[in-house]
Amino acid sequence: MTITETMTHRPVRPADRSAEKAAAKLRRAARARTGAIAYHTAGAAIVLFFIAPFVIAGLSSFRNATEGQTAPLPPWPRAGFSVDSYRTLDTFGAGIWQHTVNSALVSLSTVVLTVVVSLLAGYGFSRYRFPFKNTLFVLIIATLMIPFQSILTPLFIILAKLGLNNSLFGLTLVYVTLQLPFSVFMMRNAFDAVPKEIEEAARIDGARDLRLLVRVLLPLVLPGAATVAIFAFLNAWNEFLAALVLLSSNEHYTLPVLMMAVRAGRLGAINWGAVQAGVVVMTVPCLFVFLLLQRYYMRGLMAGAVK
Amino acid sequence: MTSVVSPIPLAAAPARRNTRRRRRATTGWRGLAYIAPAMLLVLIFFILPVCLTVWMSLHNWPLMGVHKWIGLKNYTRLLSDARFLQALNFTAFYTLVVTIAIFAVAFPLALFVEKQRRFVGFYRTIIFLPVVVGLATASLLWAWLSHVESGFFGPFLKMLGLVERSPNFLATFDTAFLVIVVMVVWKIAGFTMIILLTGLQAIPAELDEAARIDGARRFQRFRHLTLPLMRRTIALALIVSITGSILAFDQFYIMTSGGPQNRMISVVYYIFNQSFVSFNLGYGAALSIVLLAILVVISIGQLKLLKIGEDRP
Repeated sequence: MTITETMTHRPVRPADRSAEKAAAKLRRAARARTGAIAYHTAGAAIVLFFIAPFVIAGLSSFRNATEGQTAPLPPWPRAGFSVDSYRTLDTFGAGIWQHTVNSALVSLSTVVLTVVVSLLAGYGFSRYRFPFKNTLFVLIIATLMIPFQSILTPLFIILAKLGLNNSLFGLTLVYVTLQLPFSVFMMRNAFDAVPKEIEEAARIDGARDLRLLVRVLLPLVLPGAATVAIFAFLNAWNEFLAALVLLSSNEHYTLPVLMMAVRAGRLGAINWGAVQAGVVVMTVPCLFVFLLLQRYYMRGLMAGAVK
Repeated sequence: MTSVVSPIPLAAAPARRNTRRRRRATTGWRGLAYIAPAMLLVLIFFILPVCLTVWMSLHNWPLMGVHKWIGLKNYTRLLSDARFLQALNFTAFYTLVVTIAIFAVAFPLALFVEKQRRFVGFYRTIIFLPVVVGLATASLLWAWLSHVESGFFGPFLKMLGLVERSPNFLATFDTAFLVIVVMVVWKIAGFTMIILLTGLQAIPAELDEAARIDGARRFQRFRHLTLPLMRRTIALALIVSITGSILAFDQFYIMTSGGPQNRMISVVYYIFNQSFVSFNLGYGAALSIVLLAILVVISIGQLKLLKIGEDRP
């Protein structure tokens, strides 16, 4: 269906050749056109399946309070545009603004810390020689094998011992650690790809270590850092189980944990408008970041796939 | 080896080696300093917790009060824990179904977006969109869409006249399972598609061309050329899907709360319940070790599988 590939090899008499050729060309064009129509019809159906849930939720979230409880048929607001659902969502927990700030704070700190830590580690692993270098590198990568779901209880205990229980910073440190295997691997490869001559030239010019790293090398490994950053952001923003276990007080909840209160409802009744609004608040930043930095995201995915 | 006459006078050689050695020693410490923050984090938040999990699994460890050494009792207990075995069973079943479903959708999608043609980039992007939102977000969204009155699917089927009453999808096991599988396929298929796409595009175009000239039909080329050449990629996509499914939690917790009749409790969900609802921390740790062991075995199997792909491409 996708490709028009069968070329028929038929013997042709020279006299008919030009007429034959023109006819064949027409036939081929017609076949290509029906092929394209079939292809894009299938494409439209596929697009509909993958995007419809987002569109339905997005439109429905702007219906008024009474409409919000009814089926989204049609999904758009009939009684006029309304932010009732977002107002209702705001009555849960410590207010939607507070929880969005919590999520943003955790995600952005995870991004910054992950980039800094993996930048340093990637540089160290790429450029220096030291005892047990390979063992330590494998150790970091090997943590990928172990699911963090299996170490949540000790994490809870260790964070409590460090005075970081029920804290957004503690959660951030856990997220950074979870990002490290992928990020260190990414950054080491990024540094490996930078020719040593650039560094030597800079060294001769008097740049040393950290200054060399920040001034000379950082711009060169920036694409790798962008990849690390986007994965760190999405994973931290979306993570649910660790946040559910490690955060215990209401005002610290990140968005996914807050949404459990909305999902549970009040007095046995779930406000579906608030659910729709919550889904929109959690979805928009992800789609925005992805569409903006798609190139870097795909690079990371390929690096993981090739590995 | 041919010996080359050194341009440096012999007497200078020892001194030179000396400075080089000293320099290497300093760079050695520098290198460790650069990786120190990463190592510290991995040590405190990964290696230490893994050791602590092993330690806790050998104890009766309530939330409050003293913990007591009980040796391997937690492990003997889990062998006869019917609910744990049921969770294992359910997780295996879910993993099998969801992996097949993802492949059944992702492989045709990868073939669909393989060739460069108009809108193909757009199709890839749209198919990939659900991958970047959280599984918790997706679960919440689909829990709403499947709701009997306020959702979309049931009322829509009713509007089309296909059913008399809007079905309550999440209330019975079969339909709830179906909704969750469709949701996960919606969420993950784009990811698997991209992985398979990298494999497809790594196949040299000349090979396909040659097979075509030799008269191989489309299906034959797919069966005897594409599939064998993609063994490595398929293995990778398979592993990612399997390990991800074994660790499933969000969708069951958010969409059905493990219901109907507690039949949707996955392994991670059961560990969560034991550790953070019943506060049997020691027993939860023992269950975690079993889960960890299962995943390490799979990861090692993965490495083996990928190696095989390397040997015989």
